[in-house]
Amino acid sequence: MFCNNRVAKCCDRQKTLNPFVSTLFSDEGSNFQDILLEITGQKTVPNVFVNKTHVGGCDKTLQAHKDGMLQKLLEGSNETYEYDLIVIGGGSGGLACSKEAATLGKKVLVLDYVVPTPKGTTWGLGGTCVNVGCIPKKLMHQAALLGTALKDSRNFGWEYEEKVKHNWQTMIESISNYIGSLNWGYRVELRDKNVTYMNSYAEFVEPHKIKATNKRGKETFHTAAKFVLATGERPRYLGIPGDKEYCITSDDLFSLPYCPGKTLVIGASYVALECAGFLAGIGLDVTVMVRSILLRGFDQEMAERAGTYMKDHGVKFMRPFVPTKIEQLEEGTPGKLKVTAKSTESGEMIEGEYNTVLIAVGRDACTGKIGLDKVGVEINEKNGKVPVNDEEQTNVPYIYAIGDILEGKWELTPVAIQAGKLLARRLFDGSSLKCDYVNVPTTVFTPLEYGCCGLSEEKAIELYGEENIEVYHSLFWPLECTVPSRDNNKCYSKIVCNKLDNERVVGFHYLGPNAGEVTQGFGVAIKCGLTKELLDNTTGIHPTCAEVFTTLGITKRSGADITQKGC
Amino acid sequence: MAALCKWRHRLKPAGFFQNAVRRQLSDKYDYDLLVIGGGSGGLACSKEAAQFGKKVAVLDYVESSPKGTKWGLGGTCVNVGCIPKKLMHQAALLGGAVKDAHKYGWRIPSPITHDWLTMAPAVQDYIRSLNWGHRVQLQDKKVKYLNLKGSLMDGHTVKAVSKTGKESVLTAGNIVIATGGRPKYPTHIPGSLEYGISSDDIFWLKESPGKTLVVGASYVALECAGFLTGIGLDASVMVRSIPLRGFDQQIACLVTDYMGSYGTKFHWKCSPSKVEKLETGRLLVSWTDLDSGKEDQDTFDTVLWAVGRAPETRALNLEKVGVKMNRETGKVCVSADEATSVPHIYAIGDIADGRPELTPTAIQAGKLLARRLFGKSSELMDYDCVPTTVFTPLEYGSVGLSEEEAVRRHGEDGIEVFHAFYKPLEFTVAERDASQCYIKMVCLREGARRILGFHFTGPNAGEVTQGFALAIKCGATYTQLMATVGIHPTSAEEIIKLHITKRSGLDPTVTGC
Repeated sequence: MFCNNRVAKCCDRQKTLNPFVSTLFSDEGSNFQDILLEITGQKTVPNVFVNKTHVGGCDKTLQAHKDGMLQKLLEGSNETYEYDLIVIGGGSGGLACSKEAATLGKKVLVLDYVVPTPKGTTWGLGGTCVNVGCIPKKLMHQAALLGTALKDSRNFGWEYEEKVKHNWQTMIESISNYIGSLNWGYRVELRDKNVTYMNSYAEFVEPHKIKATNKRGKETFHTAAKFVLATGERPRYLGIPGDKEYCITSDDLFSLPYCPGKTLVIGASYVALECAGFLAGIGLDVTVMVRSILLRGFDQEMAERAGTYMKDHGVKFMRPFVPTKIEQLEEGTPGKLKVTAKSTESGEMIEGEYNTVLIAVGRDACTGKIGLDKVGVEINEKNGKVPVNDEEQTNVPYIYAIGDILEGKWELTPVAIQAGKLLARRLFDGSSLKCDYVNVPTTVFTPLEYGCCGLSEEKAIELYGEENIEVYHSLFWPLECTVPSRDNNKCYSKIVCNKLDNERVVGFHYLGPNAGEVTQGFGVAIKCGLTKELLDNTTGIHPTCAEVFTTLGITKRSGADITQKGC
Repeated sequence: MAALCKWRHRLKPAGFFQNAVRRQLSDKYDYDLLVIGGGSGGLACSKEAAQFGKKVAVLDYVESSPKGTKWGLGGTCVNVGCIPKKLMHQAALLGGAVKDAHKYGWRIPSPITHDWLTMAPAVQDYIRSLNWGHRVQLQDKKVKYLNLKGSLMDGHTVKAVSKTGKESVLTAGNIVIATGGRPKYPTHIPGSLEYGISSDDIFWLKESPGKTLVVGASYVALECAGFLTGIGLDASVMVRSIPLRGFDQQIACLVTDYMGSYGTKFHWKCSPSKVEKLETGRLLVSWTDLDSGKEDQDTFDTVLWAVGRAPETRALNLEKVGVKMNRETGKVCVSADEATSVPHIYAIGDIADGRPELTPTAIQAGKLLARRLFGKSSELMDYDCVPTTVFTPLEYGSVGLSEEEAVRRHGEDGIEVFHAFYKPLEFTVAERDASQCYIKMVCLREGARRILGFHFTGPNAGEVTQGFALAIKCGATYTQLMATVGIHPTSAEEIIKLHITKRSGLDPTVTGC
């Protein structure tokens, strides 16, 4: 940096940047300035260079600082590293980020390694979503929906023998085949995009350097200019006697080689309710043990309605109970387990026998054993989550994090993908677009599906005050349920509007068939500033469930009857 | 002209003359609002008007179809339209579900058959419950329901005829015409009227239609042929020119391609010439191949005409009282506030010229009209960007402009088309063919690329499309679409992942997830 005496003193204080400052004193200064003019077209000082690249004067430097160019230049060239980017974790976020970076011409390495579950289950490339999450759960949910379809079909004129049974193995095989094809597809995509893939466990050993250990224990070392942590989460165990020995988690369920039989699901997360829902849907005896509330973080009215529907359709609920120990009565596939549980209210102890106990009480970030302490990345000691700034950067500037391990962010595949892609573009393409974590639409695939976007009613009240929100709601009866005469007025729609802002829709909630398909477009609309008035002015599509939102006329405040009659 | 008509009428029926005198004396009408036609639009309008404390009557009278089919209150949608067709479409979808179920582990003993006589009565029972529901609603809202056939005598007077031919005269401050439309018959084809049926009959058949020829390529034609195929019948469609006129033609082709592989037979560029009844009771249909001029024929159990719909205006006496009509379409000319050329007479729904023939638009137009007439509102119905869905075996949802229309308005270089072929997750395990599952977003090319048209084929197209219709109403741009997070795993998320332009010529097939 070339500058006059005054500026030089300021630079002196910015020790962290450690710049090379050449102070031009008045006598020789003009000479230098002439030369600078020749090289850079700029005679005035300060005149800033970073790693031999000319930035410009004060205004240009400030501008470069603002748009991130300065930071990029300061981070310097990466000629000394093996890779431009190493991504740890080959799940939705990691793969998206690495492919995008490679598309931008960068040299990228992805490391993915699945630590087997206590039951020994393991899987291929693609992370939770593909292997033990969204994909298999939606397919099993579909199997359960088809069970309902089979019942409905008789009302619609289809005839076949009464005896219809579900075969677990057939379903698992179909689903495993499909997942296998996805695993393979990811491998091919990485190869096509020239991303190096290693099926090895990665941990930091020193700054910019990781150790990769493969299945056979062979170690290699790799360096990169930048790192992205995308290791995701794994199911939490209870820490009670017998949990790891005898229980399974969602990591095991989707590839379980035998039908789980009579099942106890512990937890009331969306994972718990979804699993309980589809297991009941394919005809199993299912109980859910709930400590306190259902679907924490979601709108509680919706959560209770989704739960009530499950109860009405044969899922048993034990509330409020927590398990205290699990014992094995019989080995087998499935065997027989004895569960002891305690009421959190009365302290009453109860026992029950189940073939399978599925724990779904939450997930923990996989950040404890990847050497983050070696490079100084801070994590939340309590839950292992990684705090990042709004550009997914950790406290160590060259290390970024995306996906489920982020603190206070959505644990959703599309969010991780979006974050990963946008991060790669910011790092390597000069983009400044950040991932927007607001108004993320999502869906819970409970037997009666629940789609939402924006705020829960509780949260809206907390933010704006009860008097400043208006809630419009309605029950409805999907046309396809009329002929089999089931679930009359069980489906429910609700929007939460901010009265202070032209009745802008700040929360969208839908409980009914095809919730994901219904919710997606509304998610876009909310992004575009949807108001109640615009909803009213939109024509419905008849006959659909989604059209209910174009005719919401009753406020919750009014207490008026919301059952729907006619069409 | 209008005045002349009025005058002539006043001379003719004596009863009416007295009525006119009475009206002059009391300066009052029998009703504040008289609605002719108890379909979606008419009912919505009358109920809304009654909410304002007005005296309202609805006249509804269903003229039997040529086959003798009749139905109750509620109009086309409830009785012979949206409701039964979606339920029969659902029956067909469930047929698909039964097949899919095997792969998902369900063991279903064969044989699997479909019985029309279980489905049709179940559908009809539900329709009857809706008919009843409409009656109750009218009663609750204090709308007078008259099962009478109405025709206009002047701007404030309606002649009403009962089933038995008894006439009465009703007067009203305002009259809304909402008589809808009925299927057209190609009467120039010998045997068409005697032996053919229409969508007015299909949902009320007392026995399975058997091997069916559907003539026409409107959405009614394709939907009917689709669900008939789906419940295991031999169904053929005879198309003179193009399928789904007015819809995006690339999508129309995908929809018919899917039907082809689904089992529906197509006779393209063919026109029927006559229908004869054989001694066996079956129907012999002769047709001409319009390209080659070759004649061909085949026997069917049922011939279903779905060659379009005609507005139900003949008996209304509209022109005599001076209501301006569009000669070409036979529909009533209306202004933006649904007013006809005669003061105090309005028209809504399928009968109004230039309006989309859709239930929700009729309902909304009816409601808004009542609010303007009686509720001091000035809000007009917005007919722009009306979303719709065709319930063909592969459903098709759309809102806004077709690609052709966008090109016509903005030029080839003025638009950017993003598209993708995708595979719904539930198709994968079921090993279903998804080659026609497709998404197309037509955007302006400049600026933030405002969305002009949205087209989606695949399962639950209606559910998917509704929210996007709203987004487009909010002025959504491609940029905003991209900034929205997807819901995984759904078909709809493929929409917000669209990134391949048609212009690029790149393969738009989605791989992986």
